[in-house]
Amino acid sequence: MTDAVSFPAGASAKPARRDIGIKRRYAAERRFRAYGIAALSFGILFLFILLYSVVSKGYTAFQQTMITVPVEFSEQIIDKDNERATDPQKLVTANYPLVARNAVAKVLGVAEGDRAGLRAVNQMISDGVRSQLRDMVVANPQIVGTTQTVSLLAAGDIDSAFKGQIDLTVSENNRKVSDQQVGWMNQLAEAGALGKHFNTGIFVNGNSSRPEAAGVGVALIGSFYMMLIVLVLSLPIGVAASIYLEEFAPKNKFTDLIEVNINNLAAVPSIVYGLLGLAVFINFMGLPRSASLVGGLVLTLMTLPTIIIATRAALKAVPPSIRAAALGLGASKMQTIFHHVLPLAMPGILTGTIIGLAHALGETAPLLLIGMVAFVANYPTTPMDPSTALPVQIYMWANEAERAFVERTSGAIIILLLFLVVMNVGAILLRRRFERRW
Amino acid sequence: MNMLSEAAVEKALDKKMNEVAYKMIGKDVSVYYGEKRALFDVNLNVRENTVTALIGPSGCGKSTFLRTLNRMNDTIEGCRVTGKITLDTDDIYDKEIDVVELRARVGMVFQKPNPFPKSIYENIAYGPRIHGLARNKADMDAIVEASLQRAGLWAEVKDRLHEGGTGLSGGQQQRLCIARAVAVSPEVILMDEPCSALDPIATAKVEELIHELRANYTIVIVTHSMQQAARVSQRTAMFHLGQLVEENDTDKMFTNPDDQRTQDYIMGRFG
Repeated sequence: MTDAVSFPAGASAKPARRDIGIKRRYAAERRFRAYGIAALSFGILFLFILLYSVVSKGYTAFQQTMITVPVEFSEQIIDKDNERATDPQKLVTANYPLVARNAVAKVLGVAEGDRAGLRAVNQMISDGVRSQLRDMVVANPQIVGTTQTVSLLAAGDIDSAFKGQIDLTVSENNRKVSDQQVGWMNQLAEAGALGKHFNTGIFVNGNSSRPEAAGVGVALIGSFYMMLIVLVLSLPIGVAASIYLEEFAPKNKFTDLIEVNINNLAAVPSIVYGLLGLAVFINFMGLPRSASLVGGLVLTLMTLPTIIIATRAALKAVPPSIRAAALGLGASKMQTIFHHVLPLAMPGILTGTIIGLAHALGETAPLLLIGMVAFVANYPTTPMDPSTALPVQIYMWANEAERAFVERTSGAIIILLLFLVVMNVGAILLRRRFERRW
Repeated sequence: MNMLSEAAVEKALDKKMNEVAYKMIGKDVSVYYGEKRALFDVNLNVRENTVTALIGPSGCGKSTFLRTLNRMNDTIEGCRVTGKITLDTDDIYDKEIDVVELRARVGMVFQKPNPFPKSIYENIAYGPRIHGLARNKADMDAIVEASLQRAGLWAEVKDRLHEGGTGLSGGQQQRLCIARAVAVSPEVILMDEPCSALDPIATAKVEELIHELRANYTIVIVTHSMQQAARVSQRTAMFHLGQLVEENDTDKMFTNPDDQRTQDYIMGRFG
């Protein structure tokens, strides 16, 4: 109140300003901004928690513990009776795990008669060495009888222990690795024979019940086939349908009904599309189960409404003055649409399509119903062969018990997220590339 | 001044009428938007190589009439046109007449400059290309240059033909649109308030251009500006509430109109 006194005499004589709620209005604006920032921070916080949890659990999946030792491809074990020239099957069925075990046991100095010790050694090596060594020998039978330095896959539990994911302080009986094995592990590591290598297997291998040999190779191929089918089918069908509905179809009750239904279809739970695919494509049309063809068809049905809605919005957003300009020059309706409207709508159409594709790439539920949740170890050569998809592979690994599958689940999630990021960046780049201002 | 009898005036007018070449003749033209009637039996003839201005208050039907002349109303849902409009001797609403061909003969320039978001060259070349007017690249280059010359834009853009048409100023864009319309060699050019989005300098340029184009084309222009109508046109038609109030020589219209409503509108008493 004392401030008022210091004002010039004239000021106090002025009539009080009418209260038009300026303060209230600004307060409301500030409050609204605060809500917005709070909501945004909340979202970003959870995004970081998600990413942190996935990456911190998953980054180790891109490394794999290997035991690099000189392996003696003993003729005694592989081909005792020297029949390999006449019977090629001999090299395929030979006891390769024994070859690998002997190699590691020799380095560790375990005596040949120590059966318990040898069993413990055997547990340190992945069963995947069977195919690893077999493939080496079949590719080059000359190496039988020689000694080669080979990096053998360590067993999943050793892999986990070496990455520090198994708590070694608990009692030996309550964990998967024995003290003896841990000792050997450290001994090998100090000798430089045991170490972490980049895990190419997670990208190229098929599924396996042994985590160290499991990979998303099959799932990647399955997802790739499905994305190809979705793109090839849903983009032309969706765009053609949108152009017809937006530009040519008469506006009447029937087209209104179609429009409402398309909007509703976009909101139908994806598992319903899975049931539809099961009923129509597999039961009625007799297409094979677990095939990426069926998966692609189901995902196409699911993606179509998204693409149609995005395309129609993009077509609507083209200024009417451009249509008028083309029509005024004597362009036909078809020419107007294909020469002017469609190119201008292209960024919106492409963005919608890629977002639809990204959505389809991450879709799991409908694939479970059409049998794509199968254990597939071999690469599918055509879309008719059984395969899985990336999200289904994640779902399957998440159900596995081994500790090493936890990191692989997160690793597969990272791979899936990377693909989604790539697709979204692609959408942004395409939009920039095609965007025209007027 | 003139001591002629009314009958003599009538006769003189008739004689004059007979000498006039009409490019387009509108007879009893009515337009309906769904249930709503926008034009009431308009009889308006457009003279060849003349600028005809359509004036009147907003919503009076002048743009609607303009758009019946090249059937742009066809693109509006629920729009119906009755009556008869001829271009030379062809009834443009006849089933025989193709709307694409009609619009190639009757070009249009819109209120807001609407160049295609392509290069200047492409903007001009598009019309001739879809109508097959150029046999080769040299032909097309010639058409583009001639059209831009006619629109008085050549000197300003000849060094940047392959830059975007949307990068030009508003007035240049509108002249580009006029050049685009000219490129398909129309007989009639319709202009729907072509200067309403332009500043006075750009407006002056476009008006000058309209003046020059009259030698080769028949022009119908809708305008809200009395001064513009007076400056650019030889004939003026006044619309009010969907009816043609009066159609006359521009000079007479702005000095001594026949109809009281025209007088009132021009004096600014309504509209």
